[in-house]
Amino acid sequence: MLIIGERLSVVSKKVREAIIKKDKKPIHEIAIEQWKAGAHMIEANIGPAEDEGEGVMEWMVTTIQEVVPLPVSLDTTNSKAMEAGLKVHNNQWGKPLINSTSLDPERFVMFELAAKYSVPIIALTVGKGGLPRDAEERVDIAAQLIEKAAEFGVSLEDVYLDPLVLQISTSQEQAKEVLRAIKLFQQLNDPPMKTIVGLSNISNGCPKHLRPILNKYFFALLMYEGLNAAIANPAEIIEVVKTISIINGKTLYAHSYLEI
Amino acid sequence: MNFSIPKETYTGRIPEIVFGKEKKAYFGGESALPFHFFEGEFIYKPLIAFEIQDDIPEDYPEELAKVYSSVWDSPIKWAKFCETLGAEAIALRLMSTHPDSKDSKPEEAADKVKKILSEIDLPLIILGSNHSEKDAEVLPVVSDASRGYNCIIGKAQEGNYKTITASAMAGGHSLIAMSELDVNLAKQLNILITQMDFPREKIIIDPMCSALGYGFEYTYSVMERIRIAGQIQGDNMLCVPMVADVGFYVWKTKESQASESDIPEWGSLHERAVMWEAVTACSFLLSGAELLIMRHPEAINTVKRFIGDLFS
Repeated sequence: MLIIGERLSVVSKKVREAIIKKDKKPIHEIAIEQWKAGAHMIEANIGPAEDEGEGVMEWMVTTIQEVVPLPVSLDTTNSKAMEAGLKVHNNQWGKPLINSTSLDPERFVMFELAAKYSVPIIALTVGKGGLPRDAEERVDIAAQLIEKAAEFGVSLEDVYLDPLVLQISTSQEQAKEVLRAIKLFQQLNDPPMKTIVGLSNISNGCPKHLRPILNKYFFALLMYEGLNAAIANPAEIIEVVKTISIINGKTLYAHSYLEI
Repeated sequence: MNFSIPKETYTGRIPEIVFGKEKKAYFGGESALPFHFFEGEFIYKPLIAFEIQDDIPEDYPEELAKVYSSVWDSPIKWAKFCETLGAEAIALRLMSTHPDSKDSKPEEAADKVKKILSEIDLPLIILGSNHSEKDAEVLPVVSDASRGYNCIIGKAQEGNYKTITASAMAGGHSLIAMSELDVNLAKQLNILITQMDFPREKIIIDPMCSALGYGFEYTYSVMERIRIAGQIQGDNMLCVPMVADVGFYVWKTKESQASESDIPEWGSLHERAVMWEAVTACSFLLSGAELLIMRHPEAINTVKRFIGDLFS
């Protein structure tokens, strides 16, 4: 399970302010916390970043990699900022990840970048027409995304299909459609296509004390369906990852399995 | 179309163990399953240590007595004799410390260890009497007495690993960790030992040995599972060398002791007993043991030839 630490996002006030002030300290702290908690990669979500996008992404990537020996997942809709991030990324600890493309033609430029820099990419199963209704629609879009990836010369092993997790509080029926999609995505290719989710969206808008509970249980079910990667809070899910790996037989049981 | 042999992808390389001060001995370090020379590197051959005891053995059968009775009243003479037989390492078992034997004191054991270390250049493995509580008293003292000699100390078990691990670490030794025929327990013990900051690279797993015909296949399959978990399934805690304490188990069996007059259809006692040890040992090499502790020199020679043939 590839765990991508989600906490460095412009959605967070603390992070947003740090970016504006170019204050490295909070960025360093959050990056280190996530690394220590078990993240394999750190997400740098700078949003649309219409102004100064390139500079912001460069600053984020280098600031993160100053303190943690991990690759960075680059999250922005600004393709110039994306490319700037790819250029400064230190590949010593692994390749960066492009987050993300979709079936919206404006996002195809991300496929171009994935091919040019030979890096993995997240493909969201949404088209221009709005949110997918069910698992079948997600699969239909996924199939088209696979074609697009091939067209742009992106290796299918580098594509992570993202079914788009929606809020349980407003779209309850979508949770099980996402679970089904994770299973169905894998059948689109041999070897199976890789899958990823932005986990905490499930509990977006829910009371604070419920959020980790919803995230964890949903994540356990996703793992059971064969999920490969998650953008999540590593401190929240690491126990689930270890426990489900034991139950699935992927890790050998020992009484102290949670401690390693 | 040419046929190419499919190759396994490995996730881990077994750490190499180097022990001894003047003369050194080596084992481990391989990057593939036992003798899969086509898939990985094998830096060292498996190592055989000659077992000696700290006092006159109480249960050595006739075939062993014939070889060792003239030297076994002194562990130094015994060790030197093994050296003349071509030993590359000595495993000293402190059998007299067992409460059912002489219950000798940790300090007496430490004195013997010191004398051996001062007279013998060969790398030394120091084993307790397999009595969990007594080993917890004896091994820390001998571990301290042999500080700086880079020995292998054993065996740490679930009930006594704390004191033994701490002393092995302070003494700069490698450590044998023994669990009872269970892959999960082997992993757990290694986790506990490494949580004390003992380096994983200096742990040797003893999955608990057995002799051919006496539970042999349990040890064999546990060893296989440990190897596969450690080298193919990425389980770091199990990616360490293994020891098979062969002689200790083989020379208790009926086959190594029953006389020709008692069971004529079993044939020559000498040949049978030696082969029992050799066959048990060779089989454990196949399941992944890198270190063998053995007793009869002829059995040891047979196993060495077997290893040599496989490596040539």
